[in-house]
Amino acid sequence: MAADTAAIAIPSSVVDANRRNASDARADSLFRWIVAAAGMFVLLALTGAALSMLWGGREAFSTFGFGFLFSTDWDAVNHKFGALVPIYGTLVTALIAMLIAVPVSFGIALFLTEVAPNWMRQPVGAAIELLAGIPSIIYGMWGLFVFVPIMGEYVNPWLNDHIGTWPVIGALFRGPPLGIGMLTAGIVLAIMVIPFISSVMREVFLTVPTRLKESAYALGSTTWEVVWDIVLPYTRSAVIGGVFLGLGRALGETMAVTFVLGNAHRLSASLLEPGNSIAATIANEFTEADSDIYRSSLIALGFLLFIVTFIVLSFAKLMLKRLSRQEGVK
Amino acid sequence: MSDVSERLYRKRRIINGWNLFASGACAAFGIFWLVWILWTTLKTGLAAMKPALFYQMTPPPGSDGGIANALFGSLIMSLGAIVIGTPIGVAAGTYLAEFAKKRAIGEAIRFVNDILLSAPSIVLGLFVYTLVVRQTGHFSGYAGALSLALIVLPVVVRTTDEMLQLVPSQMREAALSLGVPQWKVTMQVLYRSALPGIVTGILLALARISGETAPLLFTALNNQYWTADLNSPMASVPVVIFQYAMSPYESWHSLAWAGAFVVTVFVLLLSVLSRAILLRNKVSND
Repeated sequence: MAADTAAIAIPSSVVDANRRNASDARADSLFRWIVAAAGMFVLLALTGAALSMLWGGREAFSTFGFGFLFSTDWDAVNHKFGALVPIYGTLVTALIAMLIAVPVSFGIALFLTEVAPNWMRQPVGAAIELLAGIPSIIYGMWGLFVFVPIMGEYVNPWLNDHIGTWPVIGALFRGPPLGIGMLTAGIVLAIMVIPFISSVMREVFLTVPTRLKESAYALGSTTWEVVWDIVLPYTRSAVIGGVFLGLGRALGETMAVTFVLGNAHRLSASLLEPGNSIAATIANEFTEADSDIYRSSLIALGFLLFIVTFIVLSFAKLMLKRLSRQEGVK
Repeated sequence: MSDVSERLYRKRRIINGWNLFASGACAAFGIFWLVWILWTTLKTGLAAMKPALFYQMTPPPGSDGGIANALFGSLIMSLGAIVIGTPIGVAAGTYLAEFAKKRAIGEAIRFVNDILLSAPSIVLGLFVYTLVVRQTGHFSGYAGALSLALIVLPVVVRTTDEMLQLVPSQMREAALSLGVPQWKVTMQVLYRSALPGIVTGILLALARISGETAPLLFTALNNQYWTADLNSPMASVPVVIFQYAMSPYESWHSLAWAGAFVVTVFVLLLSVLSRAILLRNKVSND
């Protein structure tokens, strides 16, 4: 019996195939490890960014403590730094941007999904998305050389004379006709985030089932009523997600704001006064920072910006996901 | 129809008409800024174009020159970023689409990648600053390329992931049933089918980094002279634009506009090209 087995030679092709299988399996698991490592690298990049900035800003955080968040100091000579002015500027410019961009983006999405004739939708949509592709430094330059003079010469004086005299909100619009300032930065930011918000809105508006809209039309609704009462409630979470996506962009935008904000470390009520934002402060002053505590304060500002945008963008992602989940359920 | 419902009907029609008109005005508003910004950039930039741009170095204050060293620096650092970012991005996208499709880890990576995609670029610059510049003690082209690679990465991950998921699963099954190992299926079947999409992603990433300024400010810094040494500070077009546009000198302004023109035209060409690739691919699939 044993002799028989020995007599049957194993064909070389089988041996080869076995060896081949083994080497394929090795290559497969190696491949799997490589791509998994690349996947982990993405996770690592974000956590690394957060931790490195926390590390870089530790000196500022430990020196100034929580007071860092509420202090308006920014004194490079006496090494006293506080984040309140940049935080205020970031929030105010982003708020102005959203006040303009959200309704306009909604209008654009509405136009592109319900109003415009079919031949118009593609080119107009592509043009709006082209706005998103223009580098932010171009916005900044255009803002500085073209938009700022117009704001300074015509818009600011007009605001001063007309709205500046109103009680309470008048204080927001009183100031020197410099052209640079929070209002200008907010408007430039708005132009930049409009394509992001409107393209999200357009996409989610298109996901509304036609029969829902047709039912509403059949009951005699006007187009506006269909959009306001059917489309918008159906896509509410994703629309909010799109708005927060735009907000995340507006908060972290650097170059466009740096050009037109004026880099002034002063807390002022007026929107026409120059101010500062977190990103603009870092961009302007980082290479000039001459002491460790100065540099550490700037990195700490970066850390704050990162945390805020992380929260805003996470919220945006969750809201956007809710719509796709709801669609999946059906 | 009664008088009341007649009036109500008219009111609804007026509201409808007004709002639809406003939506058209919003679209016109968006287009208006696009045309204005492009018009200014192209007109002023074209007026500032001259051959010297491409062979003279960035000048000292007040005098005339070109931006050859900045163009070269931008080119080198962008290529470096693509070379670093693309393989990692494609591999990570493959992991998401092929190995971690419905798993929690895949969802987590996808989530983080989307955050990275919209995260402020200046923050990534600070990250590379503490990671590389702080450790090596000097600004360098490597650091610049690395910070740009961090911007390329999420774009490539996202498009690779999406494009691989579009590949019909019959193709995978057919190849696997012939006994082809999975890595070969991925490399020779899936990548080939998803290639136009992945290339589009890389082009979009290139468009994004070619105008990117903020992270370069404190990684590559700037350099007034020609350098091909990645280990030294390097000039780049966006940083030169930033520096020159903020200066009080007229001749620097015109160089900044010329730089802006070059960057804008490049970005527009890339976006047209990537659209064309996607479109052609769509047509051939039908």
